[in-house]
This record gives sequence, structure tokens and C-alpha cells, in this order.
Amino acid sequence: MAKKVAFLQGNEAAAQGALYAGCKFFAGYPITPSTEVAEVMSAELPKVGGKFIQMEDEIGAMAAIIGASLTGVKTLTSTSGPGLSLKQENIGYACITEVPCVVFNVMRGGPSTGMPTGPSQSDIMSAKWGTHGDHPAICLVPASVQEVFEETVRAFNLAEKYRTPVMVMPDEIVAHMRERIVFPEPGELEVIDRTAPSVTPDKYKPYDTSFGDVPPLAGFGSGYKFHVTGLNKMQDGFPTTKAEVVQAEEERQVRKVEGNAADIMKWEEYQIDDAEIVVVAFGSSSRSARFAVNEARKQGIKAGLFRPITFWPFPEQRLLEISKKVKAFISPEMNLGMCAGIIKGCIEGNAPVLGIFRVDGEPINPGQILDKMKEVK
Amino acid sequence: MAGRYEIRFSGAGGQGLILAGVIMAEAASIYDGKQAVQSQSYGPEARGGASKSEVIISDDTIDYPKATKVDALLALTQEACDKYSHDLKEGGVLLIDSDLITREPAGSFKVTKFNITNTAKNEVGREIVTNIVALGAMVALTGVVSKEAAEKAVLSRVPEAFLELNKKAFNLGYDKAMAAKK
Repeated sequence: MAKKVAFLQGNEAAAQGALYAGCKFFAGYPITPSTEVAEVMSAELPKVGGKFIQMEDEIGAMAAIIGASLTGVKTLTSTSGPGLSLKQENIGYACITEVPCVVFNVMRGGPSTGMPTGPSQSDIMSAKWGTHGDHPAICLVPASVQEVFEETVRAFNLAEKYRTPVMVMPDEIVAHMRERIVFPEPGELEVIDRTAPSVTPDKYKPYDTSFGDVPPLAGFGSGYKFHVTGLNKMQDGFPTTKAEVVQAEEERQVRKVEGNAADIMKWEEYQIDDAEIVVVAFGSSSRSARFAVNEARKQGIKAGLFRPITFWPFPEQRLLEISKKVKAFISPEMNLGMCAGIIKGCIEGNAPVLGIFRVDGEPINPGQILDKMKEVK
Repeated sequence: MAGRYEIRFSGAGGQGLILAGVIMAEAASIYDGKQAVQSQSYGPEARGGASKSEVIISDDTIDYPKATKVDALLALTQEACDKYSHDLKEGGVLLIDSDLITREPAGSFKVTKFNITNTAKNEVGREIVTNIVALGAMVALTGVVSKEAAEKAVLSRVPEAFLELNKKAFNLGYDKAMAAKK
């Protein structure tokens, strides 16, 4: 049988991906340019026995998806820049309480209300450091409608596998553009569910590290009872200030992600093998970059593209390897140099990083990247 | 860039230009089996303000989703015509509403003009189908998607009760553009 195809927006594909992954609960507060995710979820969730709630604000929506996830279901919220800022307190709460959930954030111009309908890539640092304190961070940055679907499924998988919030962050262009999408059949993409406890309720501890760095999570309502708090906690979930416990727990929470970076990181390399100039780009900017690389190759310039699909954890080691044999990196991004700074931080000064930074609400066009390539001596 | 065809629908917010672009792209992608990407840019206003919808059609994978050198431009308002005609390529297709646009952009373009909005209002009977009249005309002038595919795409996007209205709008736009084409 022929597979189902459709012509969809990135946002619509995100909602479809969430449903494919088994998401049964959505709470959100509508905001341009992410509203279509909520629209589709409100129409589709009731059909699969799920629940949709439009909350009073963004932080309430974040609280709701944490609470709902604790009952054992997969949960999603969607927002954009200003809404992401409001969610940050509870994103930290999901990190420390180790509750799986997915936050879909469409990047628009900022700071504050900024440019609601203009594209941006300036929330990538917020994805890691928006909430205070040391905590794990996973952020995925798809570049096509098909990839939005697939990465949303993967976001749910990583959230469930590592008991942590996961962010999916397309820019406004990827979120609003329409492309053909081929829907995977059920079972075609891997779908991971959180590990349920193997012990009886009386023996259960929600943070029992004898099961490894990611302890099994029981669902409320299934007979298991436990304490959930934003304070540093012991294995049974109750607060503690015991120095060695706090230190070990903080390190474990970060290690869940950093120690499994190889499993979480994903990137694409295009024409890298003999490249003298490597463009590092993600989201819609990577599409401009690929166009520019193809044009450059026609003109005899040895250019290549390195495209992070997982932004956090960042593929530091691979970029360091690449940096040893290139003349320069180019970082085209719709912000004032966030990714360029990250690249510089991992290549030990092996090559210069040339930036193309736009915050005027216009995409970076391939011509700009091509011109920058020609500046490389 | 060979094989890449870039179309821009422009006018004011609320005229249905984004939908016109979506239908054109769907015709190419779903019914004609080509590659297509549709994108848009608009202001924070719900109505008014210059608005554009872009469609890239190609036989190959489309990387950059926005226009680089526009092959065909529709302008339904003077503001949109002034703002969005700067990168229309030499010899490109330009379709304008003859009642609403008095200053044409300078350049050697294949210009076609007819009273698009009034055709919708007076001959089809509803101004709301201006975008479908314009779409029919753009299909005729660009030839980049088949008429059959475009008509199928139009009909799959409109509610049952308005099928005939939209069919009429599409065909009238198509025929008028063919007649007005130089």
C-alpha cells in the first residue's frame, strides 16, 4: 500500500509526530508562530482518548505537562520566545524532578515581544541556560517538515529514555513553511516508553540509582506513591541538604545526558571530506548553506556543510576533529553570534570562525554565505 | 539553479495570497509529482499590510526555501507591487490587477494585466475568490503546474458548498490570463 502523503507546515508535522510518538496530553497557551501545533493537537487528541487544555499562561502550561506526565502519559507543550521565557522556572522543575516531557519552541525575533512573525535562531542558549542551575539539556533543531515530524518523535523517545524535558526548536521559517511529508507507518520509527518499576509499591523509590542513572518512573494512579519536590532530594524523593547526596544527585542528573551524548547527538555532514571551508548551520540557515555549498563547488571552492540536528549536547568533539584540516568555519545564524561562540569554544583556535549574523527578520540568503566564502584566503 | 522556478504571490493581508501559494505548491507536489516548498512572510496585522507567499517548484531537492530571483510575480496592491518587484528577474512573468495598480515597476517583464479583483466581485460574484481568480491566471501564465493538477488542488482545499464558485473563479482567471497574455 502506498504511504500516506500530505503537504504540511512544520508546526502541523510536529503535532503529527507527537501523536505518532503516543502523546496523550497537551497544555499550552497560543502564541505566534507556534499556534498551529496547539490547533492540531486540540482537534486530534480527543480522537485518541487524549486531553487538550488551553491554560491561563505559559508557566501554567508547563506545570500541567509535568503533572500529567507524572500520571504516566506522554506530554507536550508548544510556544515561542516570550512563552519560553515564562516556562523556564518549571523547565528547571522538570529537570530536577526528572519528569519526561517535550517543549516545542518556535524561534521568532526577540528579546521580549520582538518580532512575532519574523524568523530567528536566538533561543538556542535559552534551551541550555534559560533555567537556572546545573541541569541536563537536550535540544533538537530540525530543518525540514519531514524532519520536524521525525525529530519530534525522537524528542519523546529521548525524554522517556532519560527522564528529562526535551526541546524541539525550529525557526519560524521551518515551522511555517509547507513541504511534502511522507508519514511513516506505525512501527516504522522507533517509539520508546519510560521504564516502569520492577518492584512492588512498598519497595519503590523514584530516584533509586541501584537501577542506574535513569531510575524507573511509576505513574501516579497505578498504586505507587512518592514525593515530588523542586528541592534537592534523596532516593525516596524527600528533600535533603546532605552534601554528598546533593553532589552525587546533581552530577547524575547532568550525566544522564552528557554521559549518553553519543546516543543523543545527531548531525549531518555534506561535502566535508575535502572541504577547506566548512559552514556550520542548522534549521533554515542550513538550507541556505547547502545551496551556497553547491554553488561554491560549481565555482571550484571546496566548501562543505556541517549541520547539527541535535543542538544540545553540541557535537564538540567532531568539530574539533574537522577543525584540524580546514581553513575556516562560517557560521550563518539568525542571531548575533551564539553558535559562532560555541564553535570557537570547541575548536581550540585551530581555524577562524567567520560569522554572518542577521536579526532583521530576514533569512540568511545563499549569496551572503557564498560572498563570505570568497573572503577566506 | 537549473530547474528551480520561483513564484511570488503578493498583496495585502486578508486577500488569501498564502492560500493561493499553498494550492499552487500542492498542485506541484501532490498532483504533479514535483518538489515544492511554500513559505510566507507577513506583518503582525490580521488584515492589511503587505503580505507575500512564495512557492519554489523544482524537479530536484529544494534547499533554500525562499525566492532568490523571482520567475513570476503576482501583485494585487500597489504597495505589494512596489515592495516585492525588486527581485523579479529580467523577462519574468508579472501579473497585476489593472484596476488597483497604476505604477508598474521599471524593467523588461512579461506583463499581463486584467481586473482581477473586479472579475471575482462582478463576474464570479464574490470578492473573496480574488485569490483563486489570480491563481488560475498564474497557472496559465507560468505553465509550471498542469491545469488539471491545479484544479484538483483548488477543489481539495475548499468546502463542498463552494466548489462551483471556486471552479468558476479558477477557470475565469485562467481564461482571462490566456486572453490578456502578450
